[in-house]
Amino acid sequence: MKEQKLHDYLQERLYKPIRRKRFLRSIAVAGGSFMLGLTACRKEGQPGSGVIDVGSADIGILNFAYALEQIEAAFYTKANASYYHNAPLSEKQVLFDIMHHEVAHRDFLKAALGSNAIGDLQFDFSSVDFTTRDSVLKTSKALEDTGVSAYNGVGPLLQSADYLKIAAKIVSVEARHAAAIRDILNPRSADFAGDDVVDPATGLDFSRTPNSTTGGQSIVAIANSYLLTKISASKLP
Amino acid sequence: MKALKIFEEAYEQGVIEKNFSRREALARGLGLGLKTALAAVPFGLLDALGNKAQATPSNPDIVKILNYALTLEYLEDTFYKTGLATSGLIAAGDMKIFMQISKHETAHVALLKTTITALGGTPVAEPVFDFTAGGKFPDVFTSYQRFMGLSAAFEDLGVRAYKGQTVNLAGAKDVLAVALNIHSVEARHASEVRRLRGSKGWINFAEADGLPGFIYDGEENVIQLGIDVTTVTTVSIGAVTQAFDEPLSMPPVLQIAGPFII
Repeated sequence: MKEQKLHDYLQERLYKPIRRKRFLRSIAVAGGSFMLGLTACRKEGQPGSGVIDVGSADIGILNFAYALEQIEAAFYTKANASYYHNAPLSEKQVLFDIMHHEVAHRDFLKAALGSNAIGDLQFDFSSVDFTTRDSVLKTSKALEDTGVSAYNGVGPLLQSADYLKIAAKIVSVEARHAAAIRDILNPRSADFAGDDVVDPATGLDFSRTPNSTTGGQSIVAIANSYLLTKISASKLP
Repeated sequence: MKALKIFEEAYEQGVIEKNFSRREALARGLGLGLKTALAAVPFGLLDALGNKAQATPSNPDIVKILNYALTLEYLEDTFYKTGLATSGLIAAGDMKIFMQISKHETAHVALLKTTITALGGTPVAEPVFDFTAGGKFPDVFTSYQRFMGLSAAFEDLGVRAYKGQTVNLAGAKDVLAVALNIHSVEARHASEVRRLRGSKGWINFAEADGLPGFIYDGEENVIQLGIDVTTVTTVSIGAVTQAFDEPLSMPPVLQIAGPFII
């Protein structure tokens, strides 16, 4: 196999997963407000009033990650403030732990970015019913799977080896979360690393760059579906 | 252990693990001669050249790293195939979990072989494994608890091993993307098996949960990018250690995997 062919093969495998439709459907179901996402999409590339652009290059990527971590931290803070009906202790403990991890990621990225950090975002979780298990856990699953594919997608874009190390240290924790939530939703099944997120032919998770709309909504659009303060990543792929 | 010699030698020669500066990389390239230097540039040439912070690893260096990964994948693949083929070992209710993991490890072996061959390298042959580690775990395929324990150990070790190589693959973006997308799948596996064992899916401090402690050495780290994360967040030290998985370089990984490889 020539290198260019390998490149094409891997690109196909990494960025155009066969079962993407199922993956995106699960995000759409949990993510709710699709229209918000579309609105945000139109704004990409032309950051205007009220839209926060994450910036370019490594700082842009870190800010993009910081935005995702802000969303996750806010979501779990809300989910832990008052648990869904009849939440068993084992599920509360998982949500409690994950909240702390996401808060640690958020606070760390803010500190690392220093004066380059985007501001505090405002959230819109109106698509989530925090009183029902199904809504909370499916949103959690979507956020974690999105986080995994987002960190995997930006890893190769990072110029700094130190930042790449950080992305790798965080992404595996997001993957641990995703598996745990998937296990809670569908215990003792193959879902923790299901064929909808891990290509069964290659055993690879998915990579998604911030604005890639291959197969559906971009990660930026998914993020915006949970945000009042919209973000854009106009200088990132 | 013989199978591991190639990696140890590569490490000693400094072709692995060392993060070359651009100047060093250029000097190496010029030392090899222009033709060799150009031939050594992997796919993603323009990306890599435009990427000043990252040196471009040569194909032989990448192949060595991929053969190291392949060796670990062979270990996992054979471990699960043997476990699944041993009747009465895996609880009936957990079969789907281990079949899924096994499917992924088999796919990783095939993908790494394809990638190595495409880079002009030769995939290492599958070593012979001794999952009792020289008699230390004689019940590995008779005790489900032991089997799950070793599974968790291999998965957590795999996460650390891939994480440890990401920087060495930074100049070869396609290969890096593959490594990252295997890495997160190993983490999904690790979380699941840890939970099966009654542990949390994440690693608290350097707690080994009954597994050999040195697998988790360094996981208690709270300093990231020079920032003591505990000073910038309100969450507990334990949660901070859980929130960041730590890499492991090749020598300790091989030291841990060594006893299982004949």
